[in-house]
Amino acid sequence: MSVSKEEVIKIAKLAKLKFSDEGISKLQKEMNRILEYIDTLNEIPELDKVEPLYSVNSSENVFRKDEPKQSISKEEALKNAPDKTENFFRVPKVIDK
Amino acid sequence: MKFSYRELRKKLDSGETSCREVVSSYLNKINERKHLNVFLSVFNEEALKKADEIDYKIKSGYAGRLAGMVISIKDVLSLKGKKMTCASKMLENFEAVYTATAVQRLIDEDVIIIGKTNCDEFAMGSSNENSAFGAVLNPADESRVAGGSSGGSAAAVAAEMCMISLGTDTGGSIRQPAAFCGVIGLKPTYGRVSRYGLTAFASSFDTIGPLGKDIYDIALVLEIMSGYDPRDSTSVSDVTDFKAEDIENIDLNNLRIGVVKEYLGEGLQPEIRDKIKEVIERLRDSGLIIKEVSLPYLKYSIQTYYILTTAEASSNLARYDGARYGYRSPDSGDVETMYINSRSEGFGEEVKRRIMLGTYVLSAGYYDAYYRKAQKVRRLIKNDFIKAFEEVDLLLTPSTPTTAFRIGEKTTDPLEMYLNDIFTTSANLAGNPAISIPVGWDKEKLPIGIQLTARDFDEKTALAAADYILRSEFT
Repeated sequence: MSVSKEEVIKIAKLAKLKFSDEGISKLQKEMNRILEYIDTLNEIPELDKVEPLYSVNSSENVFRKDEPKQSISKEEALKNAPDKTENFFRVPKVIDK
Repeated sequence: MKFSYRELRKKLDSGETSCREVVSSYLNKINERKHLNVFLSVFNEEALKKADEIDYKIKSGYAGRLAGMVISIKDVLSLKGKKMTCASKMLENFEAVYTATAVQRLIDEDVIIIGKTNCDEFAMGSSNENSAFGAVLNPADESRVAGGSSGGSAAAVAAEMCMISLGTDTGGSIRQPAAFCGVIGLKPTYGRVSRYGLTAFASSFDTIGPLGKDIYDIALVLEIMSGYDPRDSTSVSDVTDFKAEDIENIDLNNLRIGVVKEYLGEGLQPEIRDKIKEVIERLRDSGLIIKEVSLPYLKYSIQTYYILTTAEASSNLARYDGARYGYRSPDSGDVETMYINSRSEGFGEEVKRRIMLGTYVLSAGYYDAYYRKAQKVRRLIKNDFIKAFEEVDLLLTPSTPTTAFRIGEKTTDPLEMYLNDIFTTSANLAGNPAISIPVGWDKEKLPIGIQLTARDFDEKTALAAADYILRSEFT
């Protein structure tokens, strides 16, 4: 499979990244070279009979009790914020008017 | 400081030396070779202050099992109150608000942390050239890469800037730089060491392990880091049986070593192949059983690895949005612009490439063709290992296809760089423990590493055999 320039632009949008025109072309070339190598997986016969492996050491979900516990403090949570008001992360306006 | 921790501890206990002296000597080394770019932060005064505390503890007779061991930690591991950059502009000013479990367990036994080591950005890379703060130079030859992603950790140990360094290994990031720098590097079984406080790259692959110069040091640090942690649901509860001293009581007679047929073919530097053969002959002469084994699906490791890890990375790195922590672009007019510009300016080229690839393989219409397919091949690779370990106790392979390459040599071709991990990614795909040990040099005096892979949670056999190999003379 190969990826088109339009697809690279679409993927960038999904990933919330932007690239110059030149960057998109370069990525397209690199991704296609990697994907071409990845496509050698298609030569493996009868892969449809194999169960996918999700985790190497357990196949069961681990649950814990839903109990309130002390985590990091509000001050700590806000410590690395690029912008904040007293108790909140501050971001650019989301909704107009 | 060439001696092991056990030797050092005797000297500390007898008063022949002090933690302060030890720390000062390492700090001098760090300063002398600053240009190697090994550390992203050094805790000068704090390490000395801690040394005094531990000196007092030793005198008082209640010091921990690692008292006076000076370690460094890779800058993707959390240490409360300290910067954790992940070698990324994205987290250049980020300060950790908690400490990683693995690190805390070592602190509880009185290690002294001297600093945080350079690495590839978010641990993505095989040469340390993807660090936003510049490449680490290989102490053995400064025109060469130290390997990656734990390049700073390997170089710190090689250049004697600390005794042990904690690295992380998602596809070879401990073992490959260990091989390039001529030190020991252990990737534990997935689930043995808690990942809490390790910045996530590919969560079903990521592990934390030690790099050092002495097998017993490595074993001791592993023992103390091991065990269940309620904060990591993939950490396993029944691994505390491992004791460092066990490795000295393992009978290596009749141990079966598997030589992987597929791994000694084309593309392997001839001197590395010769070294492997030399090791095999020595082991055979010593009464170990050498068997050729075949793991036919290993040739699909890199392909499978890059589908699954980029997919996991694209998901894990979605958290860097410029809103709550990390870099926010000055050009953040509205929320969408903030997301896009912060991520585009904050991440480096390789990280963005992997996010793109990962987003692609997970996107609608491609999930079955790539992601699901790769999960199936992951099972075939796991089965290959399970089958091989029915016949043998350990697998002996190269750690890397070549010795350390030149800085800049492979940066133009991402696939070429990825192929460097050809011998190491399989252990992360299958979860098995694997260790790289230095066994000599090539004709350019660059270190050669070989890798031993063991059954799940059987680090002790790998460590015992590694110890045995290291004790024999190599030139």
